[in-house]
Parts: sequence; C-alpha cells; structure tokens
Amino acid sequence: MEIPYTIETREDTGVNNAKLGIWLFLASEVMLFGALFTTYILLRIGSADDWSQLNDILNVPLATLNTVVLISSSVTMVMSWASLMMKDFKKYKLYMGLTILCSFGFLIIKYFEYSAKFEHHLYPSTNTFLAIYFTMTALHGLHVIGGIIVNTYFWGPGSKMWNTQPERFTNRIEIAGLYWHFVDLVWIFLFPVLYLL
Amino acid sequence: MEQFLGLPPEGSAHAHEIDQLIVLLHWLMFALFIGWGIFYTYVLIRFRKAKNPTADYTGSKSHMSSYLEIVVAVVEIVLLIGFSIPLWANRVNQFPPEKDALVVHVVAEQFAWNVHYPGKDGKFGKRDINLVDSDNPLGIDRNDPDAVDDIATINQLNLPLNKPAIIYISSKDVIHSFKLPVMRINQDAIPGQVIPVWFTPTLAGDSEIACAQLCGLGHYRMRGYMTIQTMEEFTAWLDEQAASL
Amino acid sequence: MQPNTKSVAQHHDVHQSEHHELSFWRKYVFSTDHKIIGIQYGITALMFLLLGFMFMMIMRWQLAYPGAAFPMYFFIAPIALMGVVVLFITGIKPSVNTVAGLSLVAMAALIWYLGSSDENFPDGIMLPEFYNQMGAMHGTIMVFLGVVPLAVGAFGNYVMPLQIGAPDMAFPKLNMMSYWVYFMGGVTMLISFFVPGGAANSGWTSYPPLSNIATTGQTIWLLGMVFLISSSLLGSVNFIVTIVQLRAKGLSFMRLPFFVWAQFVTSFLLLLAFPPLEAAGVLQLMDRLAGTSFFMPSGLVVSGQILPNTGGGTPLLWQHLFWFLAHPEVYVLILPAMGIISEIIANNTRKPLWGYKSLVYAAIFLGFMSFIVWAHHMFMTGMGSTISAFFQTTTMIISIPSVIILSALIISLWGGSIRFNTPMLFALAFLPMFGIGGLTGLPLGLSSSDIHLHDTYYVIGHFHYVVAPGTIFALFAGIYFWFPKATGRKMNETLGKIHFWGSFVCMNFIFFPMLIQGLAGVSRRLYDGGEQYAHAQSVLYLNEVMSVAAWVMALFQIFFIVNFFRSIKKGEKVSDNAWEATTLDWSATTSPPLAHGNFDTVPEVHRGPYEYSVPGQKNDFTPQHQKA
Ligand code: HEA
Ligand code: HEA
Ligand code: CUA
Ligand SMILES: [Cu+2]
Repeated sequence: MEIPYTIETREDTGVNNAKLGIWLFLASEVMLFGALFTTYILLRIGSADDWSQLNDILNVPLATLNTVVLISSSVTMVMSWASLMMKDFKKYKLYMGLTILCSFGFLIIKYFEYSAKFEHHLYPSTNTFLAIYFTMTALHGLHVIGGIIVNTYFWGPGSKMWNTQPERFTNRIEIAGLYWHFVDLVWIFLFPVLYLL
Repeated sequence: MEQFLGLPPEGSAHAHEIDQLIVLLHWLMFALFIGWGIFYTYVLIRFRKAKNPTADYTGSKSHMSSYLEIVVAVVEIVLLIGFSIPLWANRVNQFPPEKDALVVHVVAEQFAWNVHYPGKDGKFGKRDINLVDSDNPLGIDRNDPDAVDDIATINQLNLPLNKPAIIYISSKDVIHSFKLPVMRINQDAIPGQVIPVWFTPTLAGDSEIACAQLCGLGHYRMRGYMTIQTMEEFTAWLDEQAASL
Repeated sequence: MQPNTKSVAQHHDVHQSEHHELSFWRKYVFSTDHKIIGIQYGITALMFLLLGFMFMMIMRWQLAYPGAAFPMYFFIAPIALMGVVVLFITGIKPSVNTVAGLSLVAMAALIWYLGSSDENFPDGIMLPEFYNQMGAMHGTIMVFLGVVPLAVGAFGNYVMPLQIGAPDMAFPKLNMMSYWVYFMGGVTMLISFFVPGGAANSGWTSYPPLSNIATTGQTIWLLGMVFLISSSLLGSVNFIVTIVQLRAKGLSFMRLPFFVWAQFVTSFLLLLAFPPLEAAGVLQLMDRLAGTSFFMPSGLVVSGQILPNTGGGTPLLWQHLFWFLAHPEVYVLILPAMGIISEIIANNTRKPLWGYKSLVYAAIFLGFMSFIVWAHHMFMTGMGSTISAFFQTTTMIISIPSVIILSALIISLWGGSIRFNTPMLFALAFLPMFGIGGLTGLPLGLSSSDIHLHDTYYVIGHFHYVVAPGTIFALFAGIYFWFPKATGRKMNETLGKIHFWGSFVCMNFIFFPMLIQGLAGVSRRLYDGGEQYAHAQSVLYLNEVMSVAAWVMALFQIFFIVNFFRSIKKGEKVSDNAWEATTLDWSATTSPPLAHGNFDTVPEVHRGPYEYSVPGQKNDFTPQHQKA
C-alpha cells in the first residue's frame, strides 16, 4: 500500500505531507533561533558594557554585501521553482546552480569576516557580545551548509526524479525553497541585531 | 495535621504561616484523595464483571464532577490569593529597615558557608576576590577602614532572638542553596548575584544550615550551624569574636 | 517479536517465490516499517529503563548503608544470569531475544567495569563523585532514553498508525533515521562512562556553573542530548503529519482514539519545547569548549583559583532555557501514559469513555499551558512577587485539566462491567498513584509552601509518584495490552498478576517515605541520605525501608522479563482482536505482514472510538470500521 498524499493534497487539510512537514520543522527552527534571540536580549540587558559600541568592530559593508548575496539566492531559488512549474528543466538547472553559487559566496565572505576577527585576536571568549555573535552566525552558517547540501543534491543526482515524477520533484524544490527562505529570513534578523543595533 | 505531617519546629515569626498553608493544602489533597478513593473503590466492587455482566452504554449521568472541579478551582484560588501570594510578597517586598535589623552577609563556596558580620561600626568592609586565600576565604580587605572590625566565621551563623535578621546571600563559585529548615527559609546562592532574605528568629537554640542545591562532590556535607541567642549572649559572642581578631 | 519466527520461515520460501523480498538487514535492522521501528524503540528503551533502574539500586545501597562496602556481585549476578537465560530461550538463532540477552550481559559488564574501578569504589566504598554520576545518569536515562522513547517512540510508532488506519508513517525513512539518531544518543551517553572523570555528574538538570566546570563527561552528555533532541524533532514532525494527513476515511478528529490525541499533543510539545534546550546545549558547549561565558559571571573563585573567564553571563539563563523544555517534557512523560490508560479502561469496562470531549480539550489545554509554567522550578532563585504570582497562577490553572482528565477516567468506571486482567490492573493502579503524584504537585506549585519543600525529597516523591507508579505502570499496562498485536500471543496472566501486585506494593514503600522525609526537610541529592543532618535523624530509618523495597521490586521485575521473553515463543495464541476491542489497530491482522501495508483493505471508519455495549447490538463491541 502506497503512502497517500505524498504528492497530491489531502482535501480536508489542504496540504500534502511534505508541505506540512516542512512547516512544522520550520516552527521548531523558529523556537531554536527564538531561544537564541531571547538569550541575546537577556545578555544585552544584563551586560555592563554598551553593546552598540562593542559591535563597532564588525564589518558592516561585508555583512551588507552578504545580505544582498543571500537575498539574491532566495530570488534565484524562487526562479528555479517557477521554472519547474513552467516545465523548463534547463532554466531550473541554471537558477538552482546560481542559488548554490550564491550560498557559497555567502560562506566565503563569512570566512573572510571570521578570519579578520581571529587575526585581531577577537574570539568567542573575548566578550559576551562576540560569544553570541559567533554562536548565532555559526549556527546560521551550519544551516546554510545544510541548504547547500540539499540544493546540490537536487541540482545533481536528485534531479533525475524530474524524468520519472516531475510533480513530486517540483514539490521537493518548493519545500527546499521554503527552508532556504527561512535561512534567509534568519539572516535578515541577525544582520541588524548583531551588526547595527 | 501539623504533627501528622512531621514538619520541623517553627523557629521564626513567619514559619507558622507557611506551615498553615502546607497544612491547608494537605487537607485539600486528603479530601480529594479520600473522596475519589472511596468512589473508586465502591465502583470497582459494584461494577466488577461478576456482579455486573453487562455494561451500561451511557454510564454516569451525574454532573457532580463538574461541580467538584469548580470547588477544587475555587479552593486553589483561595489558597493562592488568600495565602501564598501575600505571604510571598511579605517575604520579598516587606523588608524591615536595616537599622532595626541585624544585617549579615553569607557567601557560599564549595563546600562551606562564609559568614560576614560588619562588626561594631555596622559597616561592611570591602571584599576583593584577589585577596581570597585559606586564611581569608571571603577576601576581606583589612586595609579598608570599614573592614578593620569586621568579623568572619565559617559555617557558624549566630543571630539574636526576636530581632529581624537580613541576610545577603551570594556565592563564590557555583549555585548553592541557603536553607534553614527550622526558619522556613530557602534562597539559592547564585554567583554574580546578591539576594537578601529576612526573618525574625523566635526560637532560641541550635539548628542547621543545609545546602539544598547540588554543588559538587561535597554537597552532602555542606552543612553549617545556626545559633539563636538572646541579645546579651549574642553581643557577648560578637565581642569574643572581635577579641580574637 | 513475531519477526524472529517469521524470519526463519520466510528465509526458506524467499528462494522459491518472491525474489525482491527485502534482505534481513533492510527488514529488521534498517527497516522503514513503523512496526519494526516501534519494536526497535521498545526493546532499546526497555534496556535503558533497566539500566536506569540498576543505577538507582546501586545508589540506594549507599543511601541505606552510607559508607558500607558495595556488594557488587549481588547486583550483577541476577542481570547476567537473566541475560544468559534470555539468550537460551531461542538458542543461537538471531532474534529479539538474542539482542536482549546480549544487552543484559553487556549491562552486567558495564556495572562490573564501574564497580571494580578504584576511581569509583576505593576499597569497595562508593565515592560521592560516583554517586553524583549515578544520579545524573539515572535521571537522564530514565527520562530521555527510557520513558520518552518507550511511550512515544515505541507505543506511538507501533500503535498510532494502526489506530488511524494508515499504511505506515508519513515519512518512513525519517522514522528510521529518528530511531538511529536516538540509538546514537544512547551510545554517546554510555561512552561518557569511559572518559576521564566518568559520566556527567551535575544532575540531570546540569545547572551551570557547576556543569561548566565539570569533567569531560558533561561535554559528552551535551553531545548525547543534541542527538536525542534531533531524534525527537524528526519523530514529532513525522507523528504530527501522520496524524493530520493519514487518517482513514471517516476518521474525523473527534473520532480519534484518545491515545492518538495524546500522541498528537505530545508531539507538539516535543516539537516546540526541545529546540530551546538544543540552543542551551549549544551555548553550554561553547562555554565548555570555546571559553565563552554565557552562563558565568566574572570573578568566580573555584578551589582557591580565580577562573579566567570574562564573565557577562548569568547562570539563570540556563535554568530558564532548561525548564522551558523540561516542564513540557514532564507532560510528554504523562500524556502518552494517559492515552494508554484510556484505551485499556474503555476496553475493560466494556463501555465508552465518560466525557471523551472533555478529555480531548483538557489534553490540548494542558499542552498550551505547559509552556508557561516553567519558572515554578525556580521560585528560590530570588524571584520577585509579580513574576512568582504569575507562575503560581499558571501552575494552579494547569492542575485543573489534570483533575478533569483523572475525574473523567474514574467516572468512566461507573456502569462498566469491569474485567480485572493484568493490563487493567496496571491501568487501575495508575489512577490513584497519579493522583498522589499530581496532588503533591500542588504544595510545590505555590511559592510560599515551596520554600519549605523545594529541593527536598518531597519533590522526588512527587514526581516519582507520577513517573514510576504512574507512567511506568501505564507502560507496563500498554505492553501487556498490545503484546498480542505484535506477537499473536498473550503474556501469561498469573506471572503478570504477580508482577503487578509485587510492583504495586513495593512502589508505595519506595516513594511514600520520600514524602515524609521531604516534609521533615531532608534535601535531595545527598550522598549519605542526610545522615549528617539533625533534622533528618527522625526519618533516617526510612532510607533502608526504601532501598529494600527497591531491591524487592527488582526481584518482581524478573517475573515480567521472563514472562515477556517466554511469551514471544510460548505464549497462548490469540486471535487478531485479542481483547474484543473497537479501535482500528485491532482490525489490522496481527503483526501485519511487513512492508506490505497494515490492512488488507483500506479501512473506512463509521463511528467513534469506544462503541462498547451499544444498546441493540449483538456483540458488546462495535468496531470503528463496522458498517452501520
Ligand atoms: C510526568 C511528570 C510530571 C507531572 C505530570 C507533574 C505534574 C505536576 N507538577 Fe511536577 N515535577 C516533575 C514531573 C511531573 N510533574 C519532575 C520530574 C519534577 C522535578 C524536576 C527536578 O527538579 O529534578 C517536578 C517538579 C515540580 C515542581 C518544582 C518543585 C521544586 O523543585 O521545588 C513543581 C512546582 O510547582 C511541580 C508542580 C506540578 C504540578 C502542579 C503538577 C500538576 O500538573 C498535577 C495535577 C494533578 C492533580 C492535581 C491530580 C488530580 C488528582 C485527583 C483528581 C485525585 C484522584 C484520586 C484518586 C484516583 C483516588 N512539579
Ligand atoms: C522517568 C523518570 C524516572 C523513573 C521512571 C524513575 C524511577 C525510579 N527512581 Fe528516579 N529520578 C528521576 C527520574 C526517574 N526515576 C530523575 C529525573 C531524578 C533526579 C535526578 C537528579 O537529581 O538529577 C531521579 C532521582 C531519584 C532519586 C533521588 C536521588 C537523589 O536525589 O540523590 C531516587 C532515590 O531513591 C530515585 C529512585 C528511583 C526508583 C527506585 C525508581 C524505580 O521506580 C524504578 C522502577 C524501574 C522499573 C520498574 C524499570 C523496569 C524495567 C524493566 C523491568 C525492563 C524490562 C526489560 C525488558 C523486558 C527488556 N530516583
Ligand atoms: Cu552547596 Cu550543595
Ligand atoms: Cu514543572
């Protein structure tokens, strides 16, 4: 017996399994990052230092660039899904490829940011602001890496599914997209909170 | 009920109120448990298969349980608003003025209670962690004029009878919990924070300070002593301590 | 369990007939079938439960006879012996019994390793360091590796899809992954016994700064927790999607068996409460490994040395994050238990549950409320009057749905035709035992009475009444009840009843004295059981009573273990619907054929879950799928 509603939506609930699954997963991710943002607020309130000065050492232009890169990747992610909806597999490949490139770009820029900090002997142990900065951005970075792995799979070997079950494949890309937008969204919160405020 | 529960002696002015709340709660618990217990036993006997071979599809039609639930809720509200909240407010908000009270600092460490009295001048001298060593576990800075007459003891807390005591609790290393079972006092000692508690001892004699929070391998033996004395005895004790400085 | 006998049979005809049969490994080890995964979870969790119990019995030795030499072989021999017996029930054929027997022997070896080490027992006498390790690991193992995997991973996985008429879980591969991630978490926790300094020793609550400065075991504990949390997250997503999406035709939400509702609410708790602990775990790992100070202020002096950390953090942050998980977690421990109890009570009173709707709404409400009561574990951290008033109020509010659930279950007995079989005995005992546990939560929930009771044995007594004669009894009840579904055989009733009465009496001799000690003010987590304290003297004799009761209870568990493994092979054969029940799980063929779906025909539901003794019907049970 096949498992129902893997592709088609169930009438009375209006979703398919994977769609519901990813939303639930994202809800738990909201709780994860929510806890970290709460931690940030509590530490900042309780801190003797003025965090709006502590974060002057961060590189705002680089982070702005990174924001642009990540938002672009979200756009190309949508485009790749839209291409599948229009049954254009070639374009899908292109846009998905661009998404992956952007994600790598993000990580590379992040790498430069990190190494600049380490060069100046700024470590997580230096102060609580840097501790939370490194923790949150590293955890976000891990999510980016997770996204790269998933997207690369769907770009490469996983895309074979297009030939056999195009609808299911399109669903998968949509779901990968939801995850990717979430990762993007987290960064959009992280950027002002860590760099600007 | 109070004897029945086996609570320790009531050593402070507010202890009785806390016990009263505990006793009332246990009355509620007993009533619920016995009430439901009788019903439960009766049902098990009356409706066992041998006695009642065919079950009744509808079962109970009574609304008793809804009323009961409302009663439970009301009793809980009464205990909450009538007893617990005011009692707690009294504990944490209504500190007596420091001039009318005896003020002590207690600093916990693995695995001892350091007690710091201000001495004759009534002022606490500076403490500096860089001065901490085995002779001076509190790190009292004896060069500070306020500190010259300060008295420090380890695991011994003396307090005068019938005079409010305010104790500032802190910790040098990990979390401990300052517990005076006889006084119905309990406050975690949290590193980085200084938290006051207050009470008025009403029972003279010796009792204990327990550590109620796991603080490492010596947690079980982190015990201090508390002595409640008349004012004269207490002053004499303080003088004796001051003399040995 | 059936698989063993089946595997042998099937191996023979595989050659003749179907060639695309799954290999042994894919079928029983890396299976994606929810029933196999359920059994894997079940066996693993039972083993951990037993290990947690062993640790506790070792601790109870020290509590009863502080400073006396530890009679190690006394504790090891029964376990090792039982392992050998279980191994020989099936001989050398690969089977569940083999796995279980070997695990029991391994457990004995682990305890031998720990017991013969001079670092733990110089001259045969337990050190406080080791006592603290046992305490932390008892709590961790019982909660995260024993009860939750058994209640959710095993019962949820095995029973829930059958009860909703689904072919499997919505994401079978994810399901398999969640088991193996859980398994990895368990292995990680076990590894921590072998690192220098031994396992984690800062309590299951792992409060910093103590845990920050603890030995390496704490780091491994945190890694293990990350595994366990991830496993729960995978599982809970899967459960929710399955319940929402794969319900059979006609099975509306208000026709779900209460067990499914309980799993549903539980999954939401796991999904939303665990991530903050994961965050906290990451922060503590950073503190331990990268030298940050999330949970540490500056200027700490530990054994005469000033700690080098920069400070800026606060220990209370951990407590908030931890209890934000751990309070909902306790309802994760109790809700599935309530679900199991409801099924068994309806079945054995032969009538519908009383107030089904109120049960459901109460469970949902309980789920919501459990997110806003966490700080009742922190009343003594210097809480002001407003915040404490808030948390006391929410705590009192959350007690009401529990009262509603319990009342509904007791009233359900009224008018029944009560059969006293083993599952029912455990289920019936659950009610007053949970009653004691729940009621003793009330004095803890008011901050003023908590002043006297916080961190005393009263707390230990409170929650053990809920989790041990509460949840553990429910789990026993569930095992006796669904055993026929998984194996086609019933467990022996006589052995079951001995097991029940022995456990019931012993449980009360273990946990009631704790309440007495707690009222006298005896603190928890004391290596010598309070021997030093004057205020403990009058209740000190109870330590020996509790310990002896714990050991005697262990002896009664032998009846269960023997019954369990013997019945797999030799139990009385029964029909698919062994208890004449109404829910869909009982309309599936027993131990349904693997990887071919659960039901011969796609089930359709026509009525509510507990249509027993419907007036005018021939039978006293009307299955959900039976047409009007
Ligand atoms: C399954 C687990 C479980 C459950 C269900 C509960 C239920 C409750 N718990 Fe408990 N609790 C724990 C597990 C649990 N707890 C654990 C593990 C700890 C300690 C953690 C640690 O520090 O290590 C703890 C600690 C704990 C504390 C902190 C104590 C302290 O550290 O000082 C508090 C304080 O408010 C509390 C309160 C409550 C309340 C009000 C309920 C309520 O939900 C209870 C409501 C139930 C009822 C009111 C019962 C209704 C009864 C009847 C209707 C009578 C029936 C009678 C017959 C059948 C005869 N609990
Ligand atoms: C679900 C949770 C759970 C369960 C079930 C138990 C069960 C038991 N606990 Fe536990 N306990 C905790 C959770 C739990 N505990 C926690 C969280 C703490 C606090 C730790 C801390 O301080 O940090 C604690 C602390 C704690 C203490 C206090 C230690 C201290 O403060 O110093 C004590 C003292 O006696 C104790 C005793 C017991 C006993 C005797 C049982 C008995 O009821 C055990 C009964 C067990 C069984 C009946 C298992 C039977 C299993 C089988 C028979 C398996 C069969 C196998 C197969 C068929 C394959 N526990
Ligand atoms: Cu100090 Cu426990
Ligand atoms: Cu709680």
